[in-house]
Amino acid sequence: MSENGTLLEVSDLVTRYPVARGVIGTIARRPRLQVHAVEGVTFSVGAGEMLALVGESGCGKTTTAQTVMRMVEEDSGQIRFRGRDLTGLSHRDLRPIRREMQIIFQDPYESLDPRFRVRDTVEEPLLIHGGGSAAERTEKITEALVRAGLTPPDLYVNRYPHELSGGQRQRVAIAAALVLEPKLLVADEPVSMLDVSVRAGILSLLDELRKSGLGILMITHDLSTAAHFADRIAVMYLGRIVEEGPAREVVRSPRHPYTKALVSVVPKRDPRDRTVPQILKGETPNPVHVPPGCRFHPRCPIAIDACQGTDPALEPVPGGGAEHRGACIRM
Amino acid sequence: MSRELLRVEDLHVWFELDGGGELHAVQGISFQLSEGERMGLVGESGCGKTTSILAMMGLLPPNASVSGKVILDGVDMLEKGEETVAPHRWHDIAMIFQGAMNAFNPVKTVGEQIAEPMLLHGTASGKSVASARVRELLELVGISGSRATRYPHEFSGGMRQRAAIAMALACQPKVLLADEPTTALDVMVQAQILELLVSLTRDLGLTMILVTHDLPVVAQVCDRAAVMYAGRIAEEGPTSTLYHDPRHPYTRMLFAATPDLYGDDAVISIPGAPPRLDRELAGCPFQPRCDSAFEPCPTKEPRERSFDGRHRASCHLNEVPTGATAV
Amino acid sequence: MSSGPPDQIVPLNEANVVVGPDAPAEITVRPRSLIRIVLLENRAAMIGTIILVITTLIAIFAGVLAPHSPTEQIGPVYAPPSSKWWLGLDDGGVDMLSQMIYGARISMIVGFAGAAVAMIIGGGVGIISGYFGGRTDIALMRVTDYFLVIPDVPLMIVFAAVFGRSLLNIIIIIGIIYWTSTARLIRAQVKSVRERVYVKRAQSLGAGHNRLIWKHVMPQVVPLLVANTVLTIATAIFAETYIAFLGLSDPTKSSWGRLIQNSLTGGAIFHNAWWAVVPPGLAVTVVILACTMIGQALEDALNPRLKVGHLSVRRFRVRPFSARLDTR
Repeated sequence: MSENGTLLEVSDLVTRYPVARGVIGTIARRPRLQVHAVEGVTFSVGAGEMLALVGESGCGKTTTAQTVMRMVEEDSGQIRFRGRDLTGLSHRDLRPIRREMQIIFQDPYESLDPRFRVRDTVEEPLLIHGGGSAAERTEKITEALVRAGLTPPDLYVNRYPHELSGGQRQRVAIAAALVLEPKLLVADEPVSMLDVSVRAGILSLLDELRKSGLGILMITHDLSTAAHFADRIAVMYLGRIVEEGPAREVVRSPRHPYTKALVSVVPKRDPRDRTVPQILKGETPNPVHVPPGCRFHPRCPIAIDACQGTDPALEPVPGGGAEHRGACIRM
Repeated sequence: MSRELLRVEDLHVWFELDGGGELHAVQGISFQLSEGERMGLVGESGCGKTTSILAMMGLLPPNASVSGKVILDGVDMLEKGEETVAPHRWHDIAMIFQGAMNAFNPVKTVGEQIAEPMLLHGTASGKSVASARVRELLELVGISGSRATRYPHEFSGGMRQRAAIAMALACQPKVLLADEPTTALDVMVQAQILELLVSLTRDLGLTMILVTHDLPVVAQVCDRAAVMYAGRIAEEGPTSTLYHDPRHPYTRMLFAATPDLYGDDAVISIPGAPPRLDRELAGCPFQPRCDSAFEPCPTKEPRERSFDGRHRASCHLNEVPTGATAV
Repeated sequence: MSSGPPDQIVPLNEANVVVGPDAPAEITVRPRSLIRIVLLENRAAMIGTIILVITTLIAIFAGVLAPHSPTEQIGPVYAPPSSKWWLGLDDGGVDMLSQMIYGARISMIVGFAGAAVAMIIGGGVGIISGYFGGRTDIALMRVTDYFLVIPDVPLMIVFAAVFGRSLLNIIIIIGIIYWTSTARLIRAQVKSVRERVYVKRAQSLGAGHNRLIWKHVMPQVVPLLVANTVLTIATAIFAETYIAFLGLSDPTKSSWGRLIQNSLTGGAIFHNAWWAVVPPGLAVTVVILACTMIGQALEDALNPRLKVGHLSVRRFRVRPFSARLDTR
């Protein structure tokens, strides 16, 4: 990734949440527990590229996105946006950078203020960041709505959210994110609450935006969506990236046992495709108590004794491209 | 060839609306289920799939009215409404509700809640009998029996869903209606639950209707599926036929809109939205969004046609012997 | 574009559906002016509003409406109702009806003003506490707890003894006693709105507190505040009544509470003078009921979960089965 092309570089990001102890816990002097949400995550997103952070609930993908957007404070690590490290910046210094990084949330029914018209929602970022005269603002709003696929814009400008469908609301949220002409878009499960027939439209829109030069960090639990639309996939488990690489390669030749299991278990469209799913036992452990050594070893079908002792780092997989990496001693 | 267990004939459901008028949520669906079969009821939000199974359970709200027959083992349950449905509820036909894993009472133990239907409906003669049966049921769904004394918040999401399944099985029903049983779950837990449902239908001889919007789930778990649109069944048949030889554009387009893990074909969304069901519709309800609509579609309602292997669909394209010319 | 009722969209083409990228499936009416709609639709609320409006008008135009003086003796003590004085005379020979009419003025003033004080203090505390959270919240909630714990009647007595029995003092004391429940309610609402995704989005954009509070939080809080204030008016009027009954109010101003107290000290019961006891009590009851009906209707409309329609015994209906031929 060339220096000019890289938008976002996250290095060794760690974010933890304290778990409330309660009165009895404090009196009994129970040790302060922490939710190890993000435990050393490193990745980058370039302009015109879509990286999908994939994983199940509790893996830390949403917390990673929130930390990148500075909605949550990190414990350690670096977040470089266009070369500048965001982690040390004050509120005031962050303001100009906030224009360039925008986020879209999962719930289209909740991400719009029900009392704001579409116009007000899309205008708000301009008002916060000083978007020029009223005429200039109107022009930018119109442009943003068109870019988000809401044409003709006049049809939508004065509507309230409850008058729009889920897909349209999500487009309004996208328009509001585009109006400041950002460089990076973070999409947290952008389509999981939408009907199937509508999802492709939104994902295609994101694809179009990517082609026009935007960098997109997409958070999703849906491997099929990631495989189809993302350039690269990073699979997360309990706060770490366990495998990453070009989307097609990760999905067609997964190397980490977790990825392999995940891929085998995703239902396929074709009823005749009856590959035997490799169903793991149990559920993802609570991120408060992370297993020692390799965090996946208690559920891993190929774990050996050594797995309890070593916490593997991401290494290039044997026989794959340099971009394809996995964190397993048995690859 | 197993015997027919459940037959639904021309089921309609209307809802009275606040400002007057009616919403025609289910517009005459019919299908049959053989014993031991797993059928999928697929569709997007608002198509009427949940309303249909609620109607089969007789669990519609007071502003609803139904017509049609729901014949279970030869008996029309819907004949006199609540009176005739109530005796069958939980005993013969049971339901796992959408979000069941969140519908547990937080101040009662899971065991107490699973025992509740047994005690209420008299299938267990007393608390000790019920407790034993509760432990049996928990083991059946893959939870250790000793957990019956725990509270719902001590269970994970997947375990609560299993407990909800155990609750539905409490009175040993013949038919299980599962409404989006895995929608809120992680893909690995989803696989576990689906595997459980498949093994339960096999081992207990249960018949199951799986309601979901997730086509691939139906493709993997169900032998047959009915695709619903605007309150009607657009197409019904074996799942592999629906994928490889669909006879309704909606079925085809719905599959095309679903990304596949390995598939390379473009994923295409379906423009527009389902029609409003509080008005009379002219012609085919899918016509405004259909990519193959032609001359008769806006004005004439399509007739249902049957094909080989219990496959039927309602589309004008099936009437035309030599392909259609788009309008 | 075709027009229609202001809050509904009419489909753009002949087809049943509005076509466009992901066009809407359902079109719902926005509760534009919740207050107006509720008051017009809910019969109880409408009756309540009419009662309140009439009472307010009586209070404003007391000078014109009262047939006699509310302070001067015009006849014998405890004279029964007659064509000369419709509600009879009290223990001082003063016309009851006139006192009732002027009493409306005092009760309404105290009710509205007292509720306003409670709303301003409670609303302010609730908003600050709910929005900022953290230590501010904890501190303000401690203060709220202290005020909750203070017993109202002894406080009233002490206040009246120390600061005197004027109308203004009564308004203040009512405000001091009753702001706490408003504060709690508003705090809860503000906290929940604060967590909504659209507020977090605005915050992540860099919006300042001013914008977040005034543009996003307040619009969701004001309707609730209004509903709560209406209910507080009822409480304030009742509070005035028993403050007066305890003899802690201004003796020169005959509010309804004072009238009840007068009847007690004047021994109306021994004289069988029901007209000195019943009218003020009835008036207070009716006005409080009116406020409660309005306030409840507003609260119900704001919080649909309070509805209990789903608990009705009525079941779904079965329509006769028409064996249809395959006409499709």
